[in-house]
Amino acid sequence: MKALSQRRRHPLAAIALLLLGLLVTGGLYAVAGTVNEAKAQTTTYSAQDVEEGEKLFVANCATCHGIGAVGAPEGAHGNQAGPSLVGVGAAAVDFQVGTGRMPMQMNGPQAQVKPVQFNDEQTRQLSAYVASLGAGPAVPSEEVLDASQGDPAKGGELFRVNCAMCHNAAAAGGALTRGKFAPGLDGVSEKHIYEAMVTGPQNMPVFNDANVTPEGKRDIIAFLKSIETEGSPGGAELGSLGPVAEGLFIWTAGLGIIIGFTIWLTQRSS
Amino acid sequence: MSSTSAPDTYTPKTRVGRIANFVDSRTGGSAMVKEFGRKIFPDHWSFMFGEVALYSFVILLLSGTFLTFFFDPSMAETHYDGSYVPLKGVEMSVAYASSLDISFDIRGGLFMRQVHHWAALLFVAAMSVHMLRVFFTGAFRRPRELNWVVGGVLLILGMAAGFTGYSLPDDLLSGNGLRIIDGVIKSIPLVGTYISFFLFGGEFPGTAIIGRLYVLHILLVPAIILLMIALHMFMLVVHKHTQYPGPGRTETNVVGYPVGPVYAAKAGGFFFIVFGVIAVIAGLFTINPIWNYGPYDPSPVSAGTQPDWYIGFVDGALRLMPGVIGEFPFEYVIFGRTLTLNVLLPALGPAGILFTLLFAWPWIERWVTRDDREHHLLDRPRNAPTRTAIGVAGFVWYAVMWAAAGSDLIATHFLVSLNDVTYWLRALFFLGPIVAYIVTKRICLSLQRKDREIALHGRETGRIVRLPHGEFIEVHEPLDDYHQYRLVNFESPEVLPAQPDANGRIGRTEKLRGRLSRLFFEDRVAPVTPAELEAAHAHGHPAVEEAAESRTSEVSRH
Repeated sequence: MKALSQRRRHPLAAIALLLLGLLVTGGLYAVAGTVNEAKAQTTTYSAQDVEEGEKLFVANCATCHGIGAVGAPEGAHGNQAGPSLVGVGAAAVDFQVGTGRMPMQMNGPQAQVKPVQFNDEQTRQLSAYVASLGAGPAVPSEEVLDASQGDPAKGGELFRVNCAMCHNAAAAGGALTRGKFAPGLDGVSEKHIYEAMVTGPQNMPVFNDANVTPEGKRDIIAFLKSIETEGSPGGAELGSLGPVAEGLFIWTAGLGIIIGFTIWLTQRSS
Repeated sequence: MSSTSAPDTYTPKTRVGRIANFVDSRTGGSAMVKEFGRKIFPDHWSFMFGEVALYSFVILLLSGTFLTFFFDPSMAETHYDGSYVPLKGVEMSVAYASSLDISFDIRGGLFMRQVHHWAALLFVAAMSVHMLRVFFTGAFRRPRELNWVVGGVLLILGMAAGFTGYSLPDDLLSGNGLRIIDGVIKSIPLVGTYISFFLFGGEFPGTAIIGRLYVLHILLVPAIILLMIALHMFMLVVHKHTQYPGPGRTETNVVGYPVGPVYAAKAGGFFFIVFGVIAVIAGLFTINPIWNYGPYDPSPVSAGTQPDWYIGFVDGALRLMPGVIGEFPFEYVIFGRTLTLNVLLPALGPAGILFTLLFAWPWIERWVTRDDREHHLLDRPRNAPTRTAIGVAGFVWYAVMWAAAGSDLIATHFLVSLNDVTYWLRALFFLGPIVAYIVTKRICLSLQRKDREIALHGRETGRIVRLPHGEFIEVHEPLDDYHQYRLVNFESPEVLPAQPDANGRIGRTEKLRGRLSRLFFEDRVAPVTPAELEAAHAHGHPAVEEAAESRTSEVSRH
């Protein structure tokens, strides 16, 4: 201890500390990275995954979805705390849990995005368990998620025809009835976009492979990623909300500045 | 012109002088410069919105000319081959492709597009604020009624210019807007479908509409706007400028700066300020990013589709209108023809009512007050409480519809239900103007009473003084003459009951006028009279309190 306290003011101490920090961060990052990779490559789940997933499910999800994920009993008005998850597939679990929508924060028109509650391994185990209950959409493979292989122009057309009426042509999101909404798609991962299309979370319809082919879905992902990375060529985009934001801006900032100048110009020196 | 007929005895000494004399002796320019150059503009910031609108229009002409060099209003189909990758190879109209080229492949094109669009928003906004200023200060009264109407026409033309321009790029957003217009036109009974087919050259969207809107946008509408601006400015010079009341300002003079040289320099500088502000906004903030929306195709409709702000209130009214109320339908089939009141009423009703009242207002007020005198001194809004209240009620009505155009964004951004937003706005559509009228009128009357108090008592200093016999009083500081003038010197029309005509009878309209006059002026707060002022100053405190409390007796005194 004494040696350490004596050397902590050494000129090289700061550099040593910095190196140590970088090493730890980099090491952790590398470990996390390989964990991600390993998960994505695995398409089949082991029996142990299913078992672990069931434990997690009983502890965290069964209150609403029921033991065995058969769904809660229907209430007096036909409403249900949680629906049956038999046959929703691994993709549904990966989306809902992976984006933090599940476990649900509160009852409401639809599940809100919040910080993710389970790590990737736990999410995978939960997916494995739900997938074991009945056949459903699987977590997509890397190949259909690769935006660089997609055609953004074609994806744009598909997006405008199939998605823009709720998500807005610029993917900025939009309102639905009674507090429901289609979220903005900026920053949503390729995997989650794909899973949303095949599982139809919340109020979204399902776009199955007959409706939009996996290549078509990849094109849509390519389109969304291209407008995301493209940025806004014309300057600050004011939330991509269209003419309402523009009108608000000219009435507040634009006219405000102009009024400032008019007052300045008509001021008298007295 | 005297200068053209008079013998030219003056020989200038310098070359510039000779040129000037040459021009002047042939055009009589100096008389014009003398007349216009001596025109007086009073200084007040609220008088400058008309100028802002004018300068925005000049900027629109300049930037618009640039855009016409490169825009191709053709609806022929093409495949995009410009530099914007996400649209590469997409089928679209030549109009949309050329708009994209302006944005991405022509130097300065995107900047000019944004200058043009921001200037358009500012143009209509400045006109609207100018109009509000004119309304709330009573500047529309004789002799300026016709100029008020010309201003109203300019506002409508500005909206028309904006809408025709909004539709030109042929992107998804503008196409959705056009589709709504098409629906509104088709809802007109009997002739609607025919008008729509005539306008679009067949079934919507057809292949003609962009070219037609282009001609309207760059030729007809701006030409009429220019004509109206000329009329507006001509009448402005003829009528001379209005001014706020103040010491030395009367109905027969104008106090301010002449155009030349100070005001001309200021106004010229102000043009560049407006240009600069628009340029900064256009350089930093994107507007109408058409590349996000994609080419128009009648099948997709994007969420959050709205028109530019000045058409917003019509869109909002459409959004507020219920399709049915309970079992009561708004759509009928009469003799095999469909009458869709749930489109027709909201699309044309509020706008029709708003503009009819707007145009008719100078005459309505003249009729109610029977005041046909010329007015060059403006009213402070509080000193015309009923007019101000009606104006605010109209503005609130407009604002409710305006807000409804963004109902979806209100729902998503404030995390409330879209349905609830619509229900609230529907209620406010009817209740908002009534509440606004009552509240505004009370505020105006209270402000007038406060003015009265201050004029009589002077300003409260907050200094409490104990008198020798134990009484506490607060010391009031009397106003100086300039401030007092502003508080006591205003016109306050009184109730003018229904008057019998030549035959000694009171007609029905006259009765109505009498009732309206009572509504307007029965609770007026009378300005302080010189006698009251003198009494207040002579007797000091207690007497004033008495005078102020017996308001009814004061009213009857004059």
